[in-house]
Amino acid sequence: MRNLKLIIKREYLARVRNKTFVVMTFLSPVIMVGMIMLIAYLTSLNNDEEKIIGVHDVTNMVFDELQDKKNTVYLNFSDLELTTAIDSVDKKEYYGLLYIPAGKTDEEIASHIEFFAQEAPSNFFLSDLEQKISNVLTDRKLESTGVNLATIDNAKAKVNIKMENFSGEATSKMASYVKMFFGGAAGYLLMMFIIIYGNMVMRSVIEEKTNRIIEIIISSVKPIQLMLGKILGTSFAGITQFVIWIIFGSILLFSVTAIFGIESTSIQGEAAANSVNPDEIQLLVNDVLQLPLASIIVAFLVYFIGGYFLYSSIYAAIGAAVDSETDTQQFMFPVILPLMLGIYVGFFSVVENPHGIVATIFSYIPLTSPIVMLMRIPFGVAWWEVLISLGILFASVFLVIWMAAKIYRVGILMYGKKPTYKELFKWLKY
Amino acid sequence: MKNLLVAQNVSKSYGDYKAINNLSIEVPEQSIFGLLGPNGAGKTTFIRIINQITMPDTGKVLLDGQPLQPSDVQHIGYLPEERGLYKSMKVGEQVLYLAQLKGLSKKEATSRLKYWFDRLEIGDWWNKKIQELSKGMAQKIQFIVTVIHQPKLLIFDEPFSGFDPVNANLIKDQILQLKEDGATILFSTHRMESVEELCDYMALIHKSNKMLDGKVADIKKDFRSNTYQVGISPRQRNEMLENLNHHFEVTPAHYHSIHEDVKLHIKIPENSSANDLLHHLITLGQVNHFVEVVPSVNDIFIKTVGQHA
Repeated sequence: MRNLKLIIKREYLARVRNKTFVVMTFLSPVIMVGMIMLIAYLTSLNNDEEKIIGVHDVTNMVFDELQDKKNTVYLNFSDLELTTAIDSVDKKEYYGLLYIPAGKTDEEIASHIEFFAQEAPSNFFLSDLEQKISNVLTDRKLESTGVNLATIDNAKAKVNIKMENFSGEATSKMASYVKMFFGGAAGYLLMMFIIIYGNMVMRSVIEEKTNRIIEIIISSVKPIQLMLGKILGTSFAGITQFVIWIIFGSILLFSVTAIFGIESTSIQGEAAANSVNPDEIQLLVNDVLQLPLASIIVAFLVYFIGGYFLYSSIYAAIGAAVDSETDTQQFMFPVILPLMLGIYVGFFSVVENPHGIVATIFSYIPLTSPIVMLMRIPFGVAWWEVLISLGILFASVFLVIWMAAKIYRVGILMYGKKPTYKELFKWLKY
Repeated sequence: MKNLLVAQNVSKSYGDYKAINNLSIEVPEQSIFGLLGPNGAGKTTFIRIINQITMPDTGKVLLDGQPLQPSDVQHIGYLPEERGLYKSMKVGEQVLYLAQLKGLSKKEATSRLKYWFDRLEIGDWWNKKIQELSKGMAQKIQFIVTVIHQPKLLIFDEPFSGFDPVNANLIKDQILQLKEDGATILFSTHRMESVEELCDYMALIHKSNKMLDGKVADIKKDFRSNTYQVGISPRQRNEMLENLNHHFEVTPAHYHSIHEDVKLHIKIPENSSANDLLHHLITLGQVNHFVEVVPSVNDIFIKTVGQHA
């Protein structure tokens, strides 16, 4: 135990003092926050651009309905000839010209409306315009058939289905998105963590082999102690990095938004105001609070421990089997594959049917269960299912550590040739 | 004399390949024991078994009369043939770490490291990284790592490979000093001349089998051929050669000398002695050079391996 502690301490310090590690730890949040700021800035820049649109409305009924907005101004060109109108819009470098021709019927008008522009206008803008014109024409048609518009407005029933679950708590329609988001984020985070820190373990094993210090160390400690010490030390370093990212990142994000006052909040506010009403937001918050947050966090930790140990011992065995990092390629693919599979199953099967047969099976298979089960848990999974999945996971963890330790024990003293899978299998029996 | 290390019928196979076959040796306390053999003979496998890095298939190893325990690593210092250190770790930190793995407390390890820095006349390297040191300097650190926990048994696998002559000499003196201080040293090499210089006992391993073992002096006695190297300036050259050829087996010898002698290897019969030969030679001329041809370990090795080939 004393030796294990010493090894963990050394591995931890070796990781944490590594220059790349330090740089990554402090640079990543800066880059992340920088990206967010840049996107926010670019978006606002894009929105600030003023669109001036000429309207050549022969029918003289649409222009009045087009109201100027913050960044969109409509100018009436109806008095000019069409060609002159197009020319002047082009010369003045306006966004474009909307042409509404005369026609006997509204159908004829509707099918001949044109938009002239230097560049193709955005789909978003076009559909907005189509919607507005369509409204005008529809109203006109309704009026012409003698329908009172006020009656229709009164008759419109605003439907907004309020959802409640069976135990009577109100949920919003966003609930399943919230669950998806939390599950997906947890699963994705886990995968990233496994790949990044698994690779660190592997590199550290290869380093000891190429340094040729390995034989000195295993004349003092058991190889399995060294392997476990490496895995544990690296995971502590990873947790340190993670905590720094979260703390440093949020401080940075808060201070930067405070200093530059970027309208990220106003953008969000606008979006929120447009799509969801305040009641909905309240419900959204309720949804988040009603998630089994405690069990998600506990499950994340437990599955993280299981998944990380499972994969990093495989990574350690790979590191022991090869001489240099370039030789690892042939063994990497089978490791990455189940992780990717877990993510895909999670984002497609789980989202579609969290308790479907595919999602259920993959949440039992130990190589994918940490990711898939984490994605399922926000949707509510029976405790016995979680228990079975964890049982299988941790049984495999012990089996894999045992196998990895055998490969590790033989591999670290083998130099010179790249082993095949067949040889690795033989090492298990030494 | 008490044996510190005893191996009894140790065998180890890797798949179909037999790395060691039924090896037994006894290493007396406070001696230097040379494990000799060509590359691939099984020396390193055997050393790894003593270090409990590999487990033997059959047979057992006793340290101080007791079967090897995991805790015995504290009593063994091992300098492997494939050796190195963490390149980006500082010297002081690194040695303390490795010494603590061998069971020393941090405080004890610190004071011993300072002692060894003085003993090897190493300046203040404490905060230097290994990658900043020259190869010879790194090897000194390596040596300190091997001996810092004052092990009863020291195992050196090809200790002089990669050392420059100055450092090799320094290490050799240190090894002899450690023996004086009470350590027992097991020493594996394929370089016979270092055995000649240092070892009290030796075992010869070839193709996974032990060929012979024992006290180096005894083995040499067994291999003596009653041959003497003689330099003589004869009164009558042809007459003398005729005379000698008549009584003994004579072959030409080659060595450096300030005299213009006739240089010969003369083998005498089993029942006669060096004095008999000397008496005989004096009658034939001026004897300037007379020495018994003692077989070198190299000769013994080649002869033994040749017999079994």
